[in-house]
Amino acid sequence: MVDAADALRDAQSRFEQRLTRDERVEPKDWMPDGYRRTLIRQISQHAHSEVIGMQPEGSWITRAPSLERKLILLAKVQDEGGHGLYLYGAAETLGASRDDMIDALHEGRAKYSSIFNYPALTWADIGAIGWLVDSAAIVNQIPLQRCSYGPYARAMVRICKEESFHQRQGYDIMLTLARGTAAQKAMAQDALNRWWWPTLMMFGPPDAESDHNSESFAWKIKRYGNDELRQKFIDQAVPQAEVLDLTIPDPELAWDEASGHYRIGPIDWDEFRRVVAGDGPCNRQRLAHHRRVREDGAWVREAVEAHADKTRARGLRARVGTGSR
Amino acid sequence: MPLFEVFVRPRRGLQHQHAGSLRAEDAELALQYAREIYTRRREGVSLWVVRSSDITASQEDDAPMFFDPADGKPYRDATFYELPSKVRGL
Ligand SMILES: [Fe+2]
Ligand SMILES: [Fe+2]
Repeated sequence: MVDAADALRDAQSRFEQRLTRDERVEPKDWMPDGYRRTLIRQISQHAHSEVIGMQPEGSWITRAPSLERKLILLAKVQDEGGHGLYLYGAAETLGASRDDMIDALHEGRAKYSSIFNYPALTWADIGAIGWLVDSAAIVNQIPLQRCSYGPYARAMVRICKEESFHQRQGYDIMLTLARGTAAQKAMAQDALNRWWWPTLMMFGPPDAESDHNSESFAWKIKRYGNDELRQKFIDQAVPQAEVLDLTIPDPELAWDEASGHYRIGPIDWDEFRRVVAGDGPCNRQRLAHHRRVREDGAWVREAVEAHADKTRARGLRARVGTGSR
Repeated sequence: MPLFEVFVRPRRGLQHQHAGSLRAEDAELALQYAREIYTRRREGVSLWVVRSSDITASQEDDAPMFFDPADGKPYRDATFYELPSKVRGL
């Protein structure tokens, strides 16, 4: 016979051994409350970012310069919605409810990536977002494929595969503009000027200032510091800008032979804090849009529920084929 | 809204594999959602959705009871048996 305290100690040590051995934690395994809470917060905010991120790009679907670009952009924005759904699903395996997560977003208790509070002003912004923002997302997400929580890690594998299409289509837009007329090239440069610094802020504040970090490392949710990931992004983006023959808007940008890295000028963290606190160019618009769409769609969700209830009541089996095809 | 587990058969001849989970009002809609969420890039030729609550799973605590009996039975593997090097076709 084991008493409750012994059983808890056992479960705890099993959880820790699992982390030490780099094994995945699965939904039905025992886990500390803090681990569960941290994951729900991180995964739901990640999901919100995917979904809110559909807005700046979605605004260009009707204005894409060709049918092909329109189809590509539609597919990309649909992917982002899909990413949101993988992630809400992963958070739900931890016991989170969709409504609670969305309420937290609307009430400002949950955040989303600050980058999506900037507007997509021209078609070149669609190129810059795909190239820079999706590249930064990939750099952030690759280590998450090895995150200790199984459903989150597996969602990341799926997402990273799709992100590489996002990144390439963005770069392709930039390349086309950069090789186009002088006006097109200027448009590409202007988009790079506006998106460069906010993209660098996506990795979060310098490690020295960043909160809730140490536990995330111990729990193997996070594996690299913000500064390290930011540097990785910079080192790959600078040569890509050279191929485009565009200029990174940073007069202090320089190659540092000794470290083998590019060095950048200071990031305006006041701007970052302002945008996170709700005062970016589009914060209010993004949330208002999300709220409106949720309200406008309420009748669809209700109708579907009503239909499902009715079907159950009639004892009708759903018309679902069993077995294989 | 119930949780469903989604299984995708990548190609004919391969088995269905677990792809992830989603919430849906009923199985029929779960199948529609699964198509949109998990097979946008021809990832599969067939989908199964199963209510998560209908899955009976072995528990971690029972793992030894379930799986230990398979330990120490190397004679179940072909490599356990050494053959003279001249023997062919075995
Ligand atoms: Fe995404
Ligand atoms: Fe993306």
